[in-house]
Order: sequence, then C-alpha cells, then structure tokens
Amino acid sequence: MSNHNPDAPKHLKHYFANVDQQYETSKFAMWAFILTEVLTFAGLFVAYIVFRSWYPDMFVDAHKLLDVNKGLMNTIVLITSSLTMALAIWAIQKNNRKLSLIMLIATFVFAFCFLGIKFLEYSHKFEVGQLPGEYYSYMGPEVVHLNNPHIFFSIYFIMTGLHGLHVAIGMGLIAWLIYATYKGNLSSEYYTPMEMIGIFWHLVDLIWIYLFPLFYLIG
Amino acid sequence: MLDRLTEFFFPKQVSTFASDIDNLYFFIFYSSVALFFIVVFGMVYLAVKYRHKKGEELKLTSSKDHSNLLESLFFIIPLILVSITFVWGIRSYLKMVIVPDDAIEIKVTGQSWFWTFDYPDGGTTLNELVVPSNQPIKLVLSSKDVLHSFFIPVMRSKMDALPNRYNVMWFDATQEGVYDIFCTEYCGTGHSQMGAKVIVMKPAQYEEWANELGSDDDSIPLDELGAKLYTKKACNTCHTLDGSSLVGPSYLQTSQMWGQERVFDDGTSTVIDENYIRSSILEPQTQIVAGYQSVMPTYQGLLNDRELDALIAFLKSLNEDSQI
Amino acid sequence: MSENIKQNYLNHPKGLMSWLLTLDHKRIGLMYLVSGILFFFLGGLLALVMRMELAAPGNDFISNDTYNNVYTLHGAIMIFLFIIPAIPGALGNILLPLMVGAKDVAFPRLNLASFYIYSFGALFAMYTIINGGVDTGWTFYTPYSTQSTSNVVPMTLGIFIIGFSSILTGLNFIATVHKMRIPGLTWYKLPLFVWALYGTSLVQITATPVLAITMVLLMLERFLGIGIFDPALGGDPVLYQHFFWFYSHPAVYIMILPAFGIISEIIPVHSRKKIWGYKFIAYSTLSIAFIGFLVWGHHMFTSGQSVFSQIVFSFITYFVGIPTGVKIFSWILTMYKGQVSFTPPMLYALSFLFLFTIGGLTGIFLGAVALDIHLHDTYFVVAHFHYVMQGGTIVAFLGGLHHWWPKSFGVMYNQTIAKICAFGVFLGFNGTFFPQFLLGLRGMPRRYATYSEEFVELHSYSTFWSGILGISIFIAIMNLFWSFIKKNKVDPGSNPWGGMTLEWTHTSSPPHPHNFEEEPVLEHGPYDYDKVIVEKTYK
Repeated sequence: MSNHNPDAPKHLKHYFANVDQQYETSKFAMWAFILTEVLTFAGLFVAYIVFRSWYPDMFVDAHKLLDVNKGLMNTIVLITSSLTMALAIWAIQKNNRKLSLIMLIATFVFAFCFLGIKFLEYSHKFEVGQLPGEYYSYMGPEVVHLNNPHIFFSIYFIMTGLHGLHVAIGMGLIAWLIYATYKGNLSSEYYTPMEMIGIFWHLVDLIWIYLFPLFYLIG
Repeated sequence: MLDRLTEFFFPKQVSTFASDIDNLYFFIFYSSVALFFIVVFGMVYLAVKYRHKKGEELKLTSSKDHSNLLESLFFIIPLILVSITFVWGIRSYLKMVIVPDDAIEIKVTGQSWFWTFDYPDGGTTLNELVVPSNQPIKLVLSSKDVLHSFFIPVMRSKMDALPNRYNVMWFDATQEGVYDIFCTEYCGTGHSQMGAKVIVMKPAQYEEWANELGSDDDSIPLDELGAKLYTKKACNTCHTLDGSSLVGPSYLQTSQMWGQERVFDDGTSTVIDENYIRSSILEPQTQIVAGYQSVMPTYQGLLNDRELDALIAFLKSLNEDSQI
Repeated sequence: MSENIKQNYLNHPKGLMSWLLTLDHKRIGLMYLVSGILFFFLGGLLALVMRMELAAPGNDFISNDTYNNVYTLHGAIMIFLFIIPAIPGALGNILLPLMVGAKDVAFPRLNLASFYIYSFGALFAMYTIINGGVDTGWTFYTPYSTQSTSNVVPMTLGIFIIGFSSILTGLNFIATVHKMRIPGLTWYKLPLFVWALYGTSLVQITATPVLAITMVLLMLERFLGIGIFDPALGGDPVLYQHFFWFYSHPAVYIMILPAFGIISEIIPVHSRKKIWGYKFIAYSTLSIAFIGFLVWGHHMFTSGQSVFSQIVFSFITYFVGIPTGVKIFSWILTMYKGQVSFTPPMLYALSFLFLFTIGGLTGIFLGAVALDIHLHDTYFVVAHFHYVMQGGTIVAFLGGLHHWWPKSFGVMYNQTIAKICAFGVFLGFNGTFFPQFLLGLRGMPRRYATYSEEFVELHSYSTFWSGILGISIFIAIMNLFWSFIKKNKVDPGSNPWGGMTLEWTHTSSPPHPHNFEEEPVLEHGPYDYDKVIVEKTYK
C-alpha cells in the first residue's frame, strides 16, 4: 500500500488508479458474469427444446399438471421485486438511505414469497409423485396414456430448481445489502455492490419470465 | 509403390470403398508432407541463416512484418487443398451411407462384452459374423447395455451401437478370409477383449453355411460341443480355463470345486452342481461369486437345453491338463 | 541490481500466512505453478504405467480394471487439473498484470478464491484416487458413467468445482485486459500473450458453464435417475455427447490458445524481430475461439448423426484449420532478417512449430468424414491430440517457463542441461507418439489394455521412447527448480533476453511486490525491434 493516496476514498482499492476505473471494472465483470449465467441456463433450455421436440404431445399434456395460478402469482411477485430493487438503487443514488433500505427489505420479502409459493408447489408434487425420473409415480387419468411424463418433470425440477437456487443466493446477497445500507457503508458516492446485485436480480427475474411460459403456458 | 505404401499404412482393403478411402488418405498425406516440408525447411533455413553470430552486435532489425503475396498464398493454397479434401471426404462418405437395395440385412447387437449376429433366415451367431463375398451386407446395430462401436478395419467402416436406437452401416466384401472386428467405444472391464471375427465366404459356401445354421450339433459328444460353445458363445472373454481370474471366475476353479460350497457376495452360499451352473448361465445376476462384479449378461434364449448340458459337461470335464 | 532483490514479491512480506492469504497475483500464480506441476508429474506417472502395460500384448503388468482407472485418471488429471487451470493460472496470473502495466488483476480477492476453489476441486479428484479410482474415461460417456460402480460422482464433482475456478479466473482476466491497461497501451500495442489469454478467458466464461451443467445432470442422473441421458427412461445418451463436446471442444482452445500466446512472445524476443502479421495473429486468436464453438459434432462422426450434420460439422472444422495454418507461417517468417539466438526457450518454440504442425495437419485427416470413420477412436486420434496437447501446449508451456523463469524468480537455470532436455523432449515425444499414428491407421482401437500380436512392435517402440520423454521432462523441470534452490545464484538481470514488453523493461527480476516501483510509461510497442535496441542483461 506504499503508493496509496491518503486522500482517496476508503472504498477505492489501491490497485485501481481512480474511482471511475474501479466502478467500470466491476460493472464490466458483472456483465461478463451475466453472460456466463445466460449460457448456464442456455444449456438447460437446449435440453428442454430437444425433449419437447421428441415428445411434443407429452409436454402439452403434462404441463396441465402444473398450477398456473401459482406460477402466475410467482411471476407477479418476482416482477414486483425487480421494481423494488430498481427503486432501491434509485433511492441510494439520491442518497435517500431510508427509502433504499425499505425497498431492499421489500425485495427480500418478495423473494421470500416467491420461494414460499415454490415450496407449496413442490410439496404438492412430492405428495402426488409428480417427480423426476425413476421417482415418478403419479398415475392420474390425464397422464396414463402419456409417453415418459417423468422427463417433463425432470426438466421442470432441474430448471426451476436451479432458478430457485439463484433466488436463494440473491436473497443472501440482498440481506447483505440491507446490512451494508443500514450500517451506512453505501451512499450516492459508492453504491457499486447494490448496482451489481441489482443486475443479478434482474437476470433472475428475466430467466423466470422465460421459464413461466415454457412450462406453464404451452399448448 | 502405392500398393506397398498402402500395405504399410493400412490393413488389407476388403470392402468396395476401402481403396477410395485409402486414396483420400494418400491425397491428404502427400499434401501434408509437402506443407510440412515447407514449414520445417523454412523454419530451419530462416533460423540458421539469421542466427545471431558470435560477437555480432545487437542491431535494429528489419521492420518487414507482412507480405500480401505470401499471405494470400498461405491462405489460398491450403484453402484449395482442404476444399478438395472436404468434397472428397463427403463424396466417399455418401457412398458409405447409401445402402444398396439388394443388401442382406444382419442385425448386430452389442452387449458387454460380446457381439450377437441375427441372420435374415433365422439363426444366430456370437462373435462370428459370417457373410458372403461380393454381396452388399447391411448391418443394423444396437446395444443392450452401454455404448459400443462396431469397427471392421479391413472394411474401413465403423458405427456406434446405441442402446436406444438403430444405427446402420454396410459393406461389400471383395475377398474371402477371416478378419478382425473390434469394439471401439469404451465399455468397461472387457472392452479390450470385445473382439469378433468377420468370416467372408464364397456365396455358395455361405448358402451351405446358412442352411446348416440353426440345425443342432447333435452328432458330436456333449463335452466337445461344450468346448466349441465356450469360444463360440464368448464365454472365453471372461472365464479362463487355466485357473486365472478375468472378469469372472475360471471354469477350472469351478470344476475343481465341484460339490463344494461356493460363497456369494451377499454372504449366502450354495453347492456347485448342475443346477447351480445352469442358473448362473441363465440368471447370472441372482448369485454373484464373492470378489466378482455383477456384469454377466443372461444367456436366456441364446442357448438351448442341449447346449446348456454341453457347457456343463465341458466344465465338469476340465482338469489341470486340459488343452483347448 | 542488488537493491532490487532486497524487496520483491518473493521475500516481502514474510511468513506462511502472507502466502496463504496473499492477494498478489504473482504469488497466486506461483502457487498455481507448483500445484499444476505436481499434477503434471502425477499424470505423467500414470501415463508411464499405461505405457508399461502396453509394452506387451497381454495383461502382463496390470489388469484391465486397473488400466481403465489409470487411463481415466491420466486424462482427467492432465486436462482438468493441469492444462486447463494451471497454464492460465500460473503463467497468466504472473504475467498478465505485468504485461498491461497494472498493479494487480482486477479482482485480487476473487483471484485467491479461484485458487482455493481449484484446490478444493482437486481434493475431490485426489479422493477419487484414494478411494479406488474412476473407470469411465475422462469423457464420462453415458450410460456407462451412470452405471459404473467406480467413483464417478467425486470426480465429476471435482471437475464441476474446478469449473467455477476457471470461470472466475476468466472473468478476472477479461476485466483486467479491458480496464486495467495503462494509458497509451491500446489493443494493438498489447503483447500477443495478452490477446491469447483474452481469447482463452472468453472461451472459459462461455463454455465452462455448459460443462458445469452437464456434470450436474450426470450427477443427478446417478443420484435421482432423472432419465435425461438414460435410454430406459426415454432419455438419450447421445445428448450427453452433444453437451459434453459443446464444452470440451472449445476446451481444446482453452488449452492451446495460451500456447499460441507463449510462442508469439518467445519467437520475436529470441529472434529480435518484429512479429510477422501482428493483427492477423490477434484476430485469428479470437476467430478460432469463436469457431471452436461450432465444431463439436466432429467428435461424433460415428454416433449416427444425420448426414447433413456430418457435412456441416466437417465443413466448419476446416475453418479452424486455415487461420491456424497462417499463424504457423507467421511465426516462421518472424525470424526473417532477425538475430536468432538458440536459447532454451527458442528451442522449445521451434520444437513447438514442428510438433504442432504435425498435430494440426493430422487434424485435417480426421476432419474428412469418410476417413474419420476409419480413424475414429483409434490410436490415430490418440496420437493427434497428443501432438496438439503435449507437442503443442506442454512444449510451449515448458518454453514459457524457461522464458519467464529468470523474470519470475530472479535466477538463471543451467542452459546446457535445459538445451539437452529440450532435445530429449523433442525426440522422446516423436518416438512415443509417431508410431501411434501407424497403430491407428492399422486399426488399433484406443482405451485397450491388451491387443493382438500384430501391434506389438509399434507399441513397444512407443513405450521405450516414452521413458526418454518422461525423464527429459522431469530433468528439465528439476533444472528450473534447482536454480531456485542452489546457493550461488546467477543473476540474470531485469531483462536477460532483451524483451520489449513491460514485464522486461519496467520492473526488476523478481518483480517488486506492487509490480512497478513507479507507474510505467509506455515508450514503444511490444515488438519494435526495428526502432529501439534493447540490451540483454544476461551473457
């Protein structure tokens, strides 16, 4: 730290020349990370497309076993949470820490609701045996004629499960943001972490916006 | 000259498209050798010519770093060569995928670790594919367990055998003889032993053979028939006759333990007798000898009663001095 | 000079914790280097065990099962634990910030995290070995990998974890290249090694997530029987191959692009000549990285794809070949009217050109569908990818180590031993792998523990030379480390070869803890040997 400028702000790391460079670097890396995330899900979307093209009728019939209302509710919850997240960033830019804090807590609560609804959906599926692969045991009248309905649920659980994991990680990050904002570590001077986590959160939202019609609204 | 080279590089050319593929190889080979010599010669020449001589001062060197002529050449010549290669490769390939209408269709099934061949007029062989010469043969491949790949080097042909679908390959053998077949998709312990033979016969001979196929070997004694089946049904892939263990226990060991208890991996045991041998051929998964893995496929439907009796008789007849 | 050595990244700060918790990219790079080389030795030892078994046709040395474990671990360790993480992780980490004039990478903490994630993943791989190995081949083809009773899960979990390390390193490097360059260091003034690392990182962040998801699906298939790859449950084992090769073909470029970068540095410096076709080499790096994503199907020419796919994949495959060919010509022409010194790094670079050309040209044989049908999964393929991976990447890596060793550690190794070893590697390599082309043409399948008599001569020949190859590599690396340990160190000076990039001209050997004593100012381009005379500080 020998050549660290004593006048530089606390959050500026010594290996960056100035605050702008540090901010630009974080933002750039975040977008690169988003690319990685998109490709992770892209692999699963490909699996979805492949199996849907092999079993088009099964997909249409099996999707009727999903609860569209819960799915729709989750979509609304998540879109709202994206909005509150954006508002939190807007508030911190205006140096309104209190509003920002409220918005972050709202985002956290919405995320929690999302997982709660997801939990209800999953537990129902566990009860009736609409499970992936060899654990599938549901033999209701609407599916007995179907060819390999467990494949649909394998893909459903993997994709929504991975998305759910992202929501959970996002909740952890938002909790940390709440703490940092409460402590006063973030301000209109320096709010990079909030902006980065915001980008991540919008991505999580966006992926759901693709998942929802692909699983709940086909046919 | 070219024939000698072909013999050096390749196994025999037995299928109708083998020579075409070998010629494609030689086209790429000679082009590559030419390019390779340009590269190596250029490299050595420039490195030696412009070497830093002892005592020579360090100096400013040339700023030349491109030449449109040279670069276009480096681009265009390989482009022409690979275009020829590509078109040739595709044309030859199309010949390999379009199966003639008059082909005889033989079903090939891979299973760890042997091949089964089902002939159009009924009858089955294990690890021996018998075909007539100068007659297109269509092979329909599939697998009963993991992936395998069916490779006949002399035919220059190969195709994967998959568990959930049928793949097709074909060839037209031009010379009679016995040639190797290999499994080229890794399939576990016995992968390197999963070989078979293709026996190309004159058409008349093949007819005769095909008629005999399926008729019983009633005339020969049981233990001799058993000895034949031991290799024919691929028992030898996993079971030796000299007491050493491969994937499964040696026949000799089992024979020597006749009448004694055999312990299984679940702790139970049973006396080795005819019934035990019979059930371990037909239902190999139910009792696994301690220290071995549950990998043997069932022979249900692949052996009739007389053949089972023959194998049991053969196993009982074994002793230290047995020669096969 | 002696003052510079007083304080450098190796001796300041002191203490074990200052290493374990270091955020210094050079120290992290050194930790990658040491662990990478340990895995390299382990993988090499496994290779020698295989060659021992293959010296004679039968099961004379080890059983089929042991052989299957050995070859799987050889492949998995070499690829996932050594080549992919260690080359960008070691040379890239040490050099990238120096080359762009930065004090560190963009995210030093993340960089340290990458190293620990890599170590954590490697633990799983080591557990696999202790626990009895894994026998599926490094490709983990289903359905064999879902049925095998060996340690498929620990191994794939290890690879999955190492994948994260790869992604984070890639992100870090990309951000560093984009945002951390000193003023005036424009894209076309970047050393080509930086371009190569940039291309590598792009592939790492875009391809690795697909591998991660594939490994997850494979593990779920084993744990839960999800059926995606299981034919009995309506899935498809060939889909696994598509997923796997969609990552693993680009992974070939993760492995070879850094080697291209190293060669693009060694040749101009040791020829004291402006590099031929700078822009072409830079752009072809990116285009190869891109096209690499479109050719995975050529690994599946015998899997029963549609004829149309076969034609398309064969066609695109050749588009990788042509820019690579032009690159080789560019490296050779760089020597034109230069002052070529036959130093150890230069010998490795020339050896690279020879071996990689063979590796590249034999790729053309495999790209022709009709011929590939015969050669697929035979020793021809084994020889081909070893010419690319070992003759290309590892020879370049050894060259890079010899090139930057004096810079990284401030010591010079024994030149004579280094040169003899370079020859030993060259001869041993050709002796080992050239016969394997013939084996493949004559029909010898790969992954066989035993084989028929007709192949014995070529196999024993290959085994004999593999010993020489192994010994040469071992001595070459020991020679490097010995220079570090022995007492009477030869001081190579800050710029032993007369390089023109920032790591040579603006910092001591070994570098200052913060890389540069004062902010470097760019005075000339990376290869301006036609404009400035840079003295060599060694000999």
